[in-house]
Amino acid sequence: MTSLPKQAPAKRLGLVIDLDTCVGCHACAVSCKEWNTTGYHAPLPDADPYGKDVDGVWLNRVHGYETGAEGNGRTVYFPRSCLHCEEAPCVTVCPTGASYKRTEDGIVLVDEDICIGCKLCSWACPYGAREFDSDGGVMKKCTLCIDRIYNENLEEVDRQPACVNACPAKARHFGDFNDPHSKVSELTAARGGVELLPEMGLKPTNRYLPPRPSAKVGDGASLKDAAAGAGGFLGWIDRALSR
Amino acid sequence: MTIVDADAAHDAERVDLSPSVSDEVKYTTCYMCACRCGIKVHLRDGELRYIEGNRDHPVNRGVLCAKGSAGIMQHHSPARLSQPLLRVGERGSGEFRAIGWDEALDLATSWLDPIRKEDPRKLAFFTGRDQSQALTGWWASQFGTPNHAAHGGFCSVNMAAAGLYTIGGSFWEFGEPDWEHCRYFMMFGVAEDHDSNPIKTGLAKLKERGAKYVAVNPVRTGYAAIADEWLAVTPGSDGLLVLALVHELLRAGKVDLDYLARYTNAPWLVIEDPGADDDGLFARDGDGNPLCWDSVKDTAVNALEAGIAPALKDRVTLPDGRSAVPVFHLLAARYLDGQYGPDAVADQTGISAESIRRIAGELAHAAFAEEVVLNVPWTDWAGRRQEQMIGRPVAIHAMRGISAHANGFQTCRSLHLLQMLLGSIDVPGGFRYKPPFPKPAPPGLKPAGKPGDVVPGQPLGGPPLGFPQGPDDLLVEANGAPCRIDHAFSWDAPMSAHGMMHTVIANAWRGDPYPIDTLFMYMANMAWNSSMNTSDAIAMLTDKNPDSGEYKIPHFIYSDAFYSETVAYADLILPDTTYLERWDCVSMLDRPISSADGPADAIRQPVLTPNRDVRPFQDVLLDLGVRLGLPGLLNEAGTARYPGGYPDYLANHERSPGVGSLAGWRGADGDSHGQGAVNPAQLDRYVENQCFWQDELAPEQRYFKHANRDYLDYAVKMGFIGAAQPVVLQLYTEALQRFRLAARGVGAQQPPEAQRKRIERFFDPLPIWYPPSAVDGTAAEDFPLHAISQRPAAMYHSWGSQNAWLRQIHTANRLYISESVAREQGIEDDGWAYLESRHGRIKAQVRVMAGVNERTVWTWNAIGKRSGAWNLAADAPEAEKGFLLNHLIEDLLPPDGNGERLPNADPITGQAAWFDLRVRISRAPAGAGLSEPAFKPLPLPPGVAPRPAMLRYGARFKGGKS
Repeated sequence: MTSLPKQAPAKRLGLVIDLDTCVGCHACAVSCKEWNTTGYHAPLPDADPYGKDVDGVWLNRVHGYETGAEGNGRTVYFPRSCLHCEEAPCVTVCPTGASYKRTEDGIVLVDEDICIGCKLCSWACPYGAREFDSDGGVMKKCTLCIDRIYNENLEEVDRQPACVNACPAKARHFGDFNDPHSKVSELTAARGGVELLPEMGLKPTNRYLPPRPSAKVGDGASLKDAAAGAGGFLGWIDRALSR
Repeated sequence: MTIVDADAAHDAERVDLSPSVSDEVKYTTCYMCACRCGIKVHLRDGELRYIEGNRDHPVNRGVLCAKGSAGIMQHHSPARLSQPLLRVGERGSGEFRAIGWDEALDLATSWLDPIRKEDPRKLAFFTGRDQSQALTGWWASQFGTPNHAAHGGFCSVNMAAAGLYTIGGSFWEFGEPDWEHCRYFMMFGVAEDHDSNPIKTGLAKLKERGAKYVAVNPVRTGYAAIADEWLAVTPGSDGLLVLALVHELLRAGKVDLDYLARYTNAPWLVIEDPGADDDGLFARDGDGNPLCWDSVKDTAVNALEAGIAPALKDRVTLPDGRSAVPVFHLLAARYLDGQYGPDAVADQTGISAESIRRIAGELAHAAFAEEVVLNVPWTDWAGRRQEQMIGRPVAIHAMRGISAHANGFQTCRSLHLLQMLLGSIDVPGGFRYKPPFPKPAPPGLKPAGKPGDVVPGQPLGGPPLGFPQGPDDLLVEANGAPCRIDHAFSWDAPMSAHGMMHTVIANAWRGDPYPIDTLFMYMANMAWNSSMNTSDAIAMLTDKNPDSGEYKIPHFIYSDAFYSETVAYADLILPDTTYLERWDCVSMLDRPISSADGPADAIRQPVLTPNRDVRPFQDVLLDLGVRLGLPGLLNEAGTARYPGGYPDYLANHERSPGVGSLAGWRGADGDSHGQGAVNPAQLDRYVENQCFWQDELAPEQRYFKHANRDYLDYAVKMGFIGAAQPVVLQLYTEALQRFRLAARGVGAQQPPEAQRKRIERFFDPLPIWYPPSAVDGTAAEDFPLHAISQRPAAMYHSWGSQNAWLRQIHTANRLYISESVAREQGIEDDGWAYLESRHGRIKAQVRVMAGVNERTVWTWNAIGKRSGAWNLAADAPEAEKGFLLNHLIEDLLPPDGNGERLPNADPITGQAAWFDLRVRISRAPAGAGLSEPAFKPLPLPPGVAPRPAMLRYGARFKGGKS
């Protein structure tokens, strides 16, 4: 068993994911794979990469599914990664302390050096957010790009998770939920951002923005016939035009 | 139980928060699809560490899609070829011998040199999605063959041609929606592609502003998934839907009359003189200017003059006593007809009359009640100052789903008609041209390759592709037979501006109109997903002449970076590099990366050095040209003019004085842009500037470019257009009428008898709609369902199955069917089905979905792979469960009454009509759970790297160390 931080972390870093603009393009998933296979969790191996049973480690995956009934449904794309819970069961279940929540910013990490690959954490996570590297025998997971967000070798504007930088639809935002003026806090407030499975009581940090109501233009009425005017066919063209 | 104190434990871990990212960053241009984003490539110890989007780049502004981020895996793909190959077994056996470059180029020269001296047409040189047509088209001309094109004939020529003939620009590469000001956006037939990142970013902007986005698409995935409204249109009926919207707008008088009078040919007078040689052409004055009726002066005047009062309605009598009528009058009469009413089109389009009426109302509301006014004074073409830019904020974008139908040209014209009626072309909130567009509609370029143009040993004397404006511009023999192997610019497809690559193999095999000697292709997977009828294409490539025992297509040279299916069918393989190992050019002479706010072009620079014996195709092409003694490639002394290869050519080649491959930093000291003398250091300047050049238009130049004095003057200065004349938008396309007149017997250049009715029917100068079955003759009762394909966002244009990461996203494709089809046929989710067309039958695994037009089935294109190709395991899901619809699509239509077989294509442009596929479906036994047809696995050629059993990319970078 591993303890959670004794005091609430000073920062609550996490993601806001906008389901209104996510088109399911997988840009976030692949940029995550690319950064992290050469970064903190290097490598994220791919078994049988060119064969029948290709199976790789991905810290962020995008699922697509349909909701609603025929004729009135919606196609939803749902990016899924670690939610960096306040009451992270993946941490408390860890027998070695490999899985831990940082006191500084609330990021949940796995220290591969002391991970024994027992997988208890992946069983404990109701969100399916952990990825076991069977090649290396250790657990891996979203780090919120811990090796980017404070990285002084990167320009300040680039100190964000790779997925946020890459997202072409601007559907991903990163910031501190403890700061009410951060973009993530403001978006969550303005758009009614939701937490996943609140009934589990795990207090996930990440929020998902539901699709906006459909935009409306005009009053929805059909067009009226143009007044015929006196001029016969196209009589409504009743003025001289100029070029 | 022990509780581990995590605070203490992680103190022990030293998380390095600032690891070194890379020791070198190189900028270049992505090539994982045709979007052409700017990328920053991070290298450590010369190895690829990370590829990210370039924030400064005009295309992607820092973002990067799944394909772009997977570039590392493309570069390291074990499907890469490593050396030139010479076929030693039969075609398709996959048996090759590795040879050196000297032997390879000597052999190619020995095939090409004799045919150039005897009959250059015996070379058919066709390229895929390579984006180097500025070079390849020129090379073909230098060789002297008219038989050249790229892949546009099966991709998007309907969009390009309809746009260029109608508005002098087109969707995607030559124009874009005004994402900043648009209030109402309709997107037709765009899956998750064309283009990639700018659309995603643009949609997010629209949604943030609360603009309405309507997706017109039979399938609700990707972009359509986030639309405010999804219209599940029946494939091929979009044009009818659009004309019903036009009907509604005309009925209500909700059109922009001022815009039409100023910027379009709405007032131009059309001669009404049935039986005369000029019936249906524009009435013109003695200088050839079109006439319109001045409603104030009450007389016919030059329609191009400023200050006139053009009438849009009423029949008039011309000075010669004949009758003429304004274009707008004609079109209003046509589309006000009840056949275009919402009730009449609802069944055919699958969209309710109520929805059509409402959407027409919304369009009118957005355009006229929510006009956008920019307080930016500007000067019109006639020198008159305008205080404001007033826009109709309705934007439209359209692509493949419109294009790949036999009615796609006229459907795309219908879309432009709708835009013009709303006054939303190049206005705030509307569709915007990207420089160098607009150009005159159509551009003045004509195709070379008429009978007298082809001279043994001599260049062609012009480019092989262009824009015919009437029968006299066709490339046909005296007897009307095609001059080109693909039948482009013949009566089969007179306005085939991108050529007809999809017909080349069949025509070469048949020797129609003549046998060829050498088929030379680049990045075109014709023995698989790039042919409409894959099995037939394979059979034709391997068919032999029974008398001689020789292949009917005697020589086949192919260049590709990867072991694609087509490699196995070629005789000589010239292995290309990956996109990270080469110089390349995204040229203003081809399809540049401009935005509506200014022209831009780009290069690629080599980021890595090949570790294989491969060469960039463009270098090889230049080398071959020197060996063949092509005039443009030699200097006066007879030696290579560009000894430094492609980069040398990019900087030093001039197409015409002052105009070269790249527009930026021209002139001896690099301070000219657009036009200017050669700058030997030009590529250095591009590299310094992150591998792109862009120029920013001034605010007063950014809209109304077709009629904006400051923009037109700028375009002339830059070399984009010849004269600062306004581009008059063409509601009525006179060129179409010229072909129609020929079909009625006018003129010396006459269509074959059997084609007259077809030309008469389809070449309507005003947009029309006809069901695709009017061209291909399929019977809906036999084949009640439509079948289409889409490219997924993660693989659009990238052929990503050899990519270890992308193939995990799409490992095998399913056949998607609607819930109602599933019920009718008793097919369950995960079950198997046979899909049959007039042409063939396939078997595939099914996924049932709600978000699809009820009478449509679809799949992801090009996920299915030939077993053994791309260095995938023979039992990879791509081969065993993946499949292509291509096996169901015919390239030629059944014989007509005279035994002639016309292409399965748009009759106007020759665009391959692969979205017109009609099928029937039935439940199939699962059996062994394999898709059909299955092909014999291809063996690997020599020199291909072994597939790893486990990929641990990045292990060497662990902990920021290398």
